[in-house]
Amino acid sequence: MDFFGIPPQALLGQLLLGLINGAFYAMLSLGLAVIFGMLNIINFTHGAQYMMGAFAAYFLLHYLGLGYWWALILAPIGVGAVGVAIERTMLRHLYKLDHLYGLLLTFGLALVVQGLFQNEFGSSGLPYRIPAELQGGQNLGFMFLPNYRAWVVLVSLAVCLATWFLIERTRLGAYLRAATENPALVQAFGINVPRMITLTYGFGVALAAFAGVLAAPIYQVNPLMGSNLIIIVFAVVVIGGMGSIMGAILTGFGLGLIEGLTKVFYPEASSTVIFVIMALVLLVKPAGLFGRTA
Amino acid sequence: MGFQHRVMIGLGAVGILAPFVVYPIFLMKALCFALFAAAFNLLVGYVGLLSFGHAMFLGMAGYAAGHAAKVWGLPPELAILFGTAVAAALGLVVGAIAIRRQGIYFAMTTLALAQMVYFFCLQVPFTGGEDGIQAIPRGRMFGFLDLADTLTLYYVVLAIVAAGFLLIYRTIHSPFGQILKAIRENEPRAISLGYRVDHYKLLAFILSAALAGVAGATKAIVFQLASLTDVTWQMSGEVVLMTLLGGLGTVFGPIAGAFIVIALETYLAQMGSWVLVIQGAIFVVCVLTFRRGVVGELARLVNRPL
Repeated sequence: MDFFGIPPQALLGQLLLGLINGAFYAMLSLGLAVIFGMLNIINFTHGAQYMMGAFAAYFLLHYLGLGYWWALILAPIGVGAVGVAIERTMLRHLYKLDHLYGLLLTFGLALVVQGLFQNEFGSSGLPYRIPAELQGGQNLGFMFLPNYRAWVVLVSLAVCLATWFLIERTRLGAYLRAATENPALVQAFGINVPRMITLTYGFGVALAAFAGVLAAPIYQVNPLMGSNLIIIVFAVVVIGGMGSIMGAILTGFGLGLIEGLTKVFYPEASSTVIFVIMALVLLVKPAGLFGRTA
Repeated sequence: MGFQHRVMIGLGAVGILAPFVVYPIFLMKALCFALFAAAFNLLVGYVGLLSFGHAMFLGMAGYAAGHAAKVWGLPPELAILFGTAVAAALGLVVGAIAIRRQGIYFAMTTLALAQMVYFFCLQVPFTGGEDGIQAIPRGRMFGFLDLADTLTLYYVVLAIVAAGFLLIYRTIHSPFGQILKAIRENEPRAISLGYRVDHYKLLAFILSAALAGVAGATKAIVFQLASLTDVTWQMSGEVVLMTLLGGLGTVFGPIAGAFIVIALETYLAQMGSWVLVIQGAIFVVCVLTFRRGVVGELARLVNRPL
């Protein structure tokens, strides 16, 4: 049984790859959306922080002997703490200025971080092993499913939904959304808005680092791994619009799948398909699929 | 005569004498980037649109001019003209898509579209992929100016860049430029006054893209090379850096910024990735403490617009 002359194994394999890419798009665009909602800043450093997460996992293993599971907890905390420091010392001074300055500052930080890592580790990747518990795979009859890839899709889906729940369904999330609408009023109710902003940025950064740890065994740990991804994630964000958390998640996974399908049917366009979709969405619905017109 | 005119004449004089003091190849590179940055500044400084993908116009114009000069055997003036036309056409398409969003979305959209152009250039055969188009002939300008002679080439480049710069200067100070500034300051108000804001934005975008194209095409003829470097997002970031460092929305800022950044890169060329770190650090310092840029601060010092 073939689909348009494509054997089902190849099709499903590419769909799985697309789903994994989509998981990373979703996690990263979710972090960008959360940060943008609160800080009104597009965090260009997001890709570098994702890369830092992967490197943190590598350092933990090679210098402290702490494996994958520890890295999954410690790397986001560590990189998130760096994010908190960045917010406290730099981003804080930009809130009253044009949004573009935030983009420029975080772009500069991304260059600094990438340059430092490239200096130290060159541009070739460092290997990171799949943890013993997740090696091997399942034979589903119609295709072979590596355990680690299934794990990545499931855990990223869980993290995305947990973030959605946190922001849309809890009291803390309500404060957060209220502070996005009117920070002065929320502060007048006795809620420490500046601290909430700091923690939001830290959380968004931690999410990027978490994605980086998940990515380490799939892609190699590479100083350049974030810089190319971040531009695609920007396109994802433009397509989805940053108004909705669920929108970011759906757009991320959806575009990953579309990219996977393109790899099967028209491989030449696989690197550009997301950008083409972005252009089309902008022409038809400028606010993005889930965006609110400002 | 206004203060800005005197500064311009002074700069012109320096430009004419400079090749006898400074290495001309360096000067030509810096001049091309000065025009590139000035074209970029027309958009960000006077319309308030931050394009994070301007490298696509620089790079595509370079490829087009290189292809025209090498494969079609066109003389340099027609090759540069062709490169400019390609950049303007690309500007029309990209501009029409990107101006549908403002602010941060505009920046992200242009960046993403530029990345699409990058992948396009990487895959299509005429760009030569990773090798680029090499050994582009310089030829004879208008049939009698032999560009193989470095000094002749320098003055041709100086004339092209000066012409581009004067066009930008005229645009800024024309009624059209006043409307652009009005859009930057208060877009809803400009709309309510009856201006078709989108037309003005698109026109400014095409003009900026075309001038960036002039810079890219000239650069390709000067260095006899059109390569992928000029279409990367790093290049888009570099022109932002030049303009920010020189002074956003100042007339002379992009020129100063381009010369400083190119000088920095020339001296730090051996230091590899440290260049990236230093560029990033300049970004951070500029945004946090030096938002007026070099020329903006100078203008404040002499208390005159520059």
